[in-house]
Amino acid sequence: MKNRVVITGLGVVAPNGTSVAEFTHALKNGHSGIRFHKELKALNFSCQIGGIPKVSDELKSKYFTDLQLRGFNSSGILYGCIAGIDAWKDAGFNVDSESKVDYNTGLIFGTGTSGVEKFREAIYKLDEGQVRRLGSTVVLQTMASGVSAYLSGMLGLGNQVTTNSSACSTGTEALIMGYEHIKNGKAERMIVGSCSDHGPYVWGGFDAMRVMTYKHNDQPELGSRPMSASASGFVPGSGAAAIVLESLESALERKAKIYAEVLGGNVNSGGQRNGGTLTAPNPEAVQRCINDAIENANITPKDVDVINGHLTATSKDALEIENWATVLNRKGQQFPYINSTKSLVGHCLAAAGAIECVASIIQLKEQFVAPSINCEDLHPEIEKLVTREKIPNQKLDLEFDVIAKASFGFGDVNACVLFKRFMA
Amino acid sequence: MNKEELIAKLKPIIAPYIQDEESFKNLTEDTDFVNDLKINSANLVDIILDIEDAFDIRLENEDMEQMLDVKSAMNIVTQKLQG
Repeated sequence: MKNRVVITGLGVVAPNGTSVAEFTHALKNGHSGIRFHKELKALNFSCQIGGIPKVSDELKSKYFTDLQLRGFNSSGILYGCIAGIDAWKDAGFNVDSESKVDYNTGLIFGTGTSGVEKFREAIYKLDEGQVRRLGSTVVLQTMASGVSAYLSGMLGLGNQVTTNSSACSTGTEALIMGYEHIKNGKAERMIVGSCSDHGPYVWGGFDAMRVMTYKHNDQPELGSRPMSASASGFVPGSGAAAIVLESLESALERKAKIYAEVLGGNVNSGGQRNGGTLTAPNPEAVQRCINDAIENANITPKDVDVINGHLTATSKDALEIENWATVLNRKGQQFPYINSTKSLVGHCLAAAGAIECVASIIQLKEQFVAPSINCEDLHPEIEKLVTREKIPNQKLDLEFDVIAKASFGFGDVNACVLFKRFMA
Repeated sequence: MNKEELIAKLKPIIAPYIQDEESFKNLTEDTDFVNDLKINSANLVDIILDIEDAFDIRLENEDMEQMLDVKSAMNIVTQKLQG
C-alpha cells in the first residue's frame, strides 16, 4: 500500500512578494516584481532588468542569528531558509534550536549554484595569497547543498537531507522526489523546494547567450512576456519557495490544514536527441514526460483543468504549447486554462520550479486562475492552438480540481507534476 | 597593556561567537572557548582573524593550535605585541 501525499505547508520568497500572503495578493492582482537594476547597467548588461525579492535587514534577523549573518553573502541560502522556515511554521510546527531530532522529516532543497557572491569574495582574497583569511563559512555558503545544511540544522531534521540540481526544472524535480520518498514509506514529511541567488554573477552567462530580453530596460514591468508575439527573451529572477509534503495519514492524524494532494508526477530527459540539445528540449520527451505524469497520477488528459506552464518568453513558448496540445489532444476551446508565473516574477532559474509549484497550489486552493500578463499580443502560433479566453489577463475565479505544473531545463531535462484539490 | 585591559579588548571580539551567556558574563583567564563558552570550533578561525585585525598582528597555525582558552590567547597576543 503506497501512501497518499498531501501539501500541508507553503513558504515563498519571490520578487513580487516575500510571504505567502504577499505573493498570493500579487498573483491575484497581476503585480510584477520586475525592476530596473542600475548595477546591471553599470556592468554593461544588455538586459538591465530582473526580479529580486525585497528582504530587509529586519526580516533577515527574524530568521538568522547575528552570528549566522556574520560574513554571510549567499542570497540563495537566505531566500531558501526564509521560505523553508515559513513553510514549516505554516504546517503547524515550531522552530526550536533545542528540539529533538525529527527522524520522520527530510529535506530535498535544490539549487543551481550556491553563494556566488561569497565565492567571488573568496576568489579575490585567495588570488591575493590570503587563503588563510577566508574565514570559516566559505565552504558552507558555496557548497551546492549549503541551503539544505543551513535549513535542516535550523529545524533539526533527521530523515534524508539533500540537494538536487537539474537547471530550471530543479524545484519541480525536488517536489517529485520528496513525493516519491513519502509515497514509498521512507518519511512522514519532506520539505521540498529550491532557491537561486540573484545578481550579475548568476545572470551574466545568460546575458552573454543573448537569451535575456534587452528591449524593456525602460519599462521593466512589461519585460517578461511569455506567450507574446513580442517576447524577446526571458527576464532573470531569483528567490526560493518551499513546500511541506506529508503522508495523508500523518496530516489527518494531526488535523493539519491541507492545501492539495500531489496526485503524481514524472521526471525524464530528452537525451539531447530528436531536436533536443544542451539548451533546447526534445519535444518527444516533453510530451512523454507529461503523458507519464498523467498516467502516474491515474487521471486522463481531459481531467487537466489548468496548466502552469514553463513558458519563459523565448521562442520556445509556442513549441511548449504545441507539446501540451499534442499530448493532451486538446485544442482551441478544449485547451485547459494556462498561465505563466514568469510573467510576474521573471525566470527564477533554479528557484522557478518551486516558486511556480507554490503559485499553482495557491491557485488550486483558492480556486482562481492568476493573470498571465504582457501577452495581450498573443503569439500567432499559440493563438492557433489555444482560444484567447483560456489565457486570462485578469484574475479568473474558477472552480476546478486539477492543475498541471511542468518545468524544463538546460541539459534537456523535464519534470511534470499534478496537484488535485483536496476535499476532506 | 595590562591583563585587565587585554581581557577588556578581547571580550567584544569573542562576544559574537559565544553560545553560553552565563560563562561569558563570568569570563576569567581560565575560561575555555569550546568547553565553557560553547563556541563552535569552526568559529575559532574567525576569532583568530578578528584578533589579527584588532591588534594588527599575524597569528601562525602553531599559535592557533594553542589558543583554546582566554589565558593562552592573552599570552600569544602579548608575545606578538612585544615581538
